[in-house]
Amino acid sequence: MIKSNIKLLVLSFLLLISLRPLQSAEMVDPIKVDWSFKGLTGTFDRASLQRGFQVYKEVCASCHSMQYLSYRNLGEPGGPEFSEQEVKAIAASFEIEDGPDSQGEMFTRPGKPSDKFKSPYPNVQAATAANGGAYPPDMSVLVKARKGGANYIYSVLVGYEDPPPGVTLDDGVYYNKYMAGNKIKMPNNLMDGLVEYADGTESTVDQMAKDVTTFLAWAAEPELEERHKTGVKVIIYLVLLTILVYLSMRKIWSRIDTEV
Amino acid sequence: MSEHEYTPKSKAGKWFNDRLPLLTLGAHLTDYPTPKNLNYWWTFGGILTFCLITQIVTGIVLAMHYVAHADLAFASVEHIMRDVNYGWLIRYIHSNGASMFFLAVYIHIFRSLFYGSYKSPREVIWIIGLMIYLLMMAAAFMGYVLPWGQMSFWGATVITNLFSAIPLVGDSITTWLWGAYSVDNPTLNRFFSLHYLIPFLILGLVVLHIWALHVPGNNNPVGIDIKKPSKDTVPFHPYITIKDAFALLVFMIIFAGFVFFTPNVLGHSDNYIPANPLVTPAHIVPEWYLLPFYAILRSVPDKLGGVILMFSAIFILFVLPWLDTSKVRSAVFRPIYRQFFWILVIDVLMLGYVGAMPAEGIYLVLARVGTIYYFLHFIVVMPVVGYLEKTDPIPMSISEPVLTGGAEPSLARKVNDKV
Repeated sequence: MIKSNIKLLVLSFLLLISLRPLQSAEMVDPIKVDWSFKGLTGTFDRASLQRGFQVYKEVCASCHSMQYLSYRNLGEPGGPEFSEQEVKAIAASFEIEDGPDSQGEMFTRPGKPSDKFKSPYPNVQAATAANGGAYPPDMSVLVKARKGGANYIYSVLVGYEDPPPGVTLDDGVYYNKYMAGNKIKMPNNLMDGLVEYADGTESTVDQMAKDVTTFLAWAAEPELEERHKTGVKVIIYLVLLTILVYLSMRKIWSRIDTEV
Repeated sequence: MSEHEYTPKSKAGKWFNDRLPLLTLGAHLTDYPTPKNLNYWWTFGGILTFCLITQIVTGIVLAMHYVAHADLAFASVEHIMRDVNYGWLIRYIHSNGASMFFLAVYIHIFRSLFYGSYKSPREVIWIIGLMIYLLMMAAAFMGYVLPWGQMSFWGATVITNLFSAIPLVGDSITTWLWGAYSVDNPTLNRFFSLHYLIPFLILGLVVLHIWALHVPGNNNPVGIDIKKPSKDTVPFHPYITIKDAFALLVFMIIFAGFVFFTPNVLGHSDNYIPANPLVTPAHIVPEWYLLPFYAILRSVPDKLGGVILMFSAIFILFVLPWLDTSKVRSAVFRPIYRQFFWILVIDVLMLGYVGAMPAEGIYLVLARVGTIYYFLHFIVVMPVVGYLEKTDPIPMSISEPVLTGGAEPSLARKVNDKV
């Protein structure tokens, strides 16, 4: 009796869930990409992360900040894993404002690995004013801050199209298939051959979009590889312990005439 | 019972126990006679204790690194995620731990509903449990505000604004709650203070909950009174401790699955956008465990009416022991009530589902139907079914599941008392 009730319960719940598409009929589902960091043992593609950082640095960083990352993160395990020298060189290529010094003056100096990523604008208002009234969001946790995550970010990057007939766009507004409301104030910045990859990979729009999305996914979840690795160990440990405790329980309860 | 005669073996133990009978308490907890037929739905009490301790321990560590300031809270959470050693693990355990806590508490509550554990003589256990549940909701809501993301901010705005529906003094109360003229830094600061306080209140109530439980002893799947200790009971240790440990481990595997492999699936992605009072999210939704109440709130076109109905949905549970007129506790022997129980389960799940959807069209209709049934279940179904239902014959004891041949539960109880 209880079993048939549970079946009924599950069925009606499934029915409810299947009503879901009714709601999001207008939105186009993002493209599903088979990311290397998906799944229980997923890891980042090191080369893709390094290329992605290059795309970020040369393209995105002129408008988008990543204020929660430090240059040292680029050399840490589980990330792009640039060498110590490379990280120092990357950091030193930025002029960082520091101070005040003993005279009370602010000064600039070359960046150090411990510095946070330099933001392109001094504050949100300046960023908004410089970009036609649309704030280019900080990208530190962008992948976690959007429904659809990496798939969504990638889809938007490759989702620029001419507007369908009947849709007129204001100046500085672009049509994007995957963006909510289809209107985006970020122009299509990626074009084939835009970046000259250090490792010789051909820089197609698709390649750059995938690389920079991988980089952003890592930026949002720099702990992902360690999390996956630890998780597998924890689950194996718990399963073994559960089996041992189960056997102990059976043994202890065998003294009683009741099934446990 | 053995605990009354308990005397420590060592001289020092006896000396101490005469002054503070902690060892007697320990002996009581170890020997506590527990029905031997408890099924796995009874393991959630132990699981919930584990959840509470986990939340307190991880929460204390998080508080060492978190900054409760509107300008710094979001950044300090990212600091925890990136720079604090295993900060990501501690925070993901804490945030997913809240969900696991509610998952367990809902199973615990519905177990009580199915087996009639709220009925005499366990009304006080039930009421203390509901107080714990209320405090849990308050703690969870305030905790969700602390990262100061978009959902934090707008969730806090929606919920605190509910109080403005109170006639005459509503606006003053809301301003008083905020400590400002909108949700702002003072609000965040006091929520942090209260979020740290409430778990310890819960801990105190848990002690009372267990104390109240140890007076009549556990209910059991058959729902009949049993003599304690007897051949129907087992000592809590090792029989129940090992069984609770096994169930807890299974629970921890699921918990770990969330923490390590999908740590953000139960949260809303908008909460990784820093709070912005000028931009309202398209859909403001609370965490999943509050959705049924959110659906009830939104099912009423009138704000005050919605608030009253939402709070009634919780407070009606406090009088449940007196709304239920059936003399039989366990739904195992209540063929009609059992069907209604499952309808209630489906109803609450459906309310949770429509709570996550926009309040329009079919969802609003479903929310209204669900709300009406929710109240009908407690106000009409429970008293009426209790009177009219012909219950199945109930056994006289756990060890001898002999049917009495009649539906008269008092007979069984009488026989049982003589055993």
